[in-house]
Amino acid sequence: MGEMTKPATHVIEAGPNGFATTKFNDLLGWARKYSLFQYPFVTACCAMEFMSVMSPRFDLARFGAEAPRFTPRQSDLLWVVGTVSQRQAPILKRVFEQMCDPKWVIAFGTCASSGGFYDNYATLAGIDKVVPVDIYIPGCPPRPEGVMDGLLLLQDKIQKGDRTPRIVKPRNDPAAALTQLRTARNG
Amino acid sequence: MSKKLLDILMDRFGASVILDTHSHVGDDTAIVAPAQWRDVALFLRDDPRCKMNMLADLCGVDHIGQTPRLEVVAHLNSLELGHRLRIKTRIGDEDCSNAVVASLVPVWSGADWFERETFDMFGIRFEGHPDLRRILLYEEFVGHPLRKDYPAAKTQPLVPYREGEDVLDKLEPFGADEGMSFGRKHLDYVKEES
Repeated sequence: MGEMTKPATHVIEAGPNGFATTKFNDLLGWARKYSLFQYPFVTACCAMEFMSVMSPRFDLARFGAEAPRFTPRQSDLLWVVGTVSQRQAPILKRVFEQMCDPKWVIAFGTCASSGGFYDNYATLAGIDKVVPVDIYIPGCPPRPEGVMDGLLLLQDKIQKGDRTPRIVKPRNDPAAALTQLRTARNG
Repeated sequence: MSKKLLDILMDRFGASVILDTHSHVGDDTAIVAPAQWRDVALFLRDDPRCKMNMLADLCGVDHIGQTPRLEVVAHLNSLELGHRLRIKTRIGDEDCSNAVVASLVPVWSGADWFERETFDMFGIRFEGHPDLRRILLYEEFVGHPLRKDYPAAKTQPLVPYREGEDVLDKLEPFGADEGMSFGRKHLDYVKEES
């Protein structure tokens, strides 16, 4: 089964004497994870799902990732949404280099994560060949729930100061559902 | 569609130019000698019985192992008379040298980008084209990827690839004992020339 993001650890502990204590890095991480300014590097059909997840029905703004910035110099979260061709790879690298630290990258969809079924001369086989990736969101395109799981996973990583790449797991394992169905039918 | 257009072509040019014709489920095709490629196109555009005023598509085909090896295909429409025709010509030696044919840009200006794409993908040179350079791929690209002898998995990155623990390997789609037998990982031509 999928791994759900755990609720954020308590950053601020209220003391008995009217003082609240915290650790500086925790507070910094808490502030960073709820003020992500995003740069959408949108190249292909996954954009439809990205629009959907940004708009009121799924509403990414709920998680503190509200404002898209259309210059990389004002943003700290790079969404790579869609297929990146070999010809676009230098552009992607340059966009990433223009962003100020700290910065994070999300590979949105199968093509950005691995090149998908475009296993050919034209397509970059995963953006991690060019820029470091924090979160991989699989799916062609991913469901909005998957995208939200990815964002929560990223916020969790930011809180912990963890930079290892993570992959969003499916919420339901289709194979498990199939096994369940077969068991119910046979028994 | 009747074979009327093919008869008109045959009457005008004869068997030395119209090398072959065939009709299949209503679509007529004429194989043209490469030297008269533009003359045939001009005739088809201007003759009152043809009036081919629209070049719908122009593309290339690689018949590897045959001589001439490359083929140019043009799909023509007449918006006025409501008929269509496909003309083809074969060019190029075994190693794709001498793959030169007259450009159709002077006949239909819409041929411009089609011919650039065909040049990009197959390396067919169009004589008389105003600006024959790559249109989809980049200038640094070596070779022509839709030729059948281009290795299927060969890429030519513009920026050097990163290396390190955080770069995930691409997973094999299927194991050797599962999935579809035509997975091209088993084929020899996938392997890059090293």
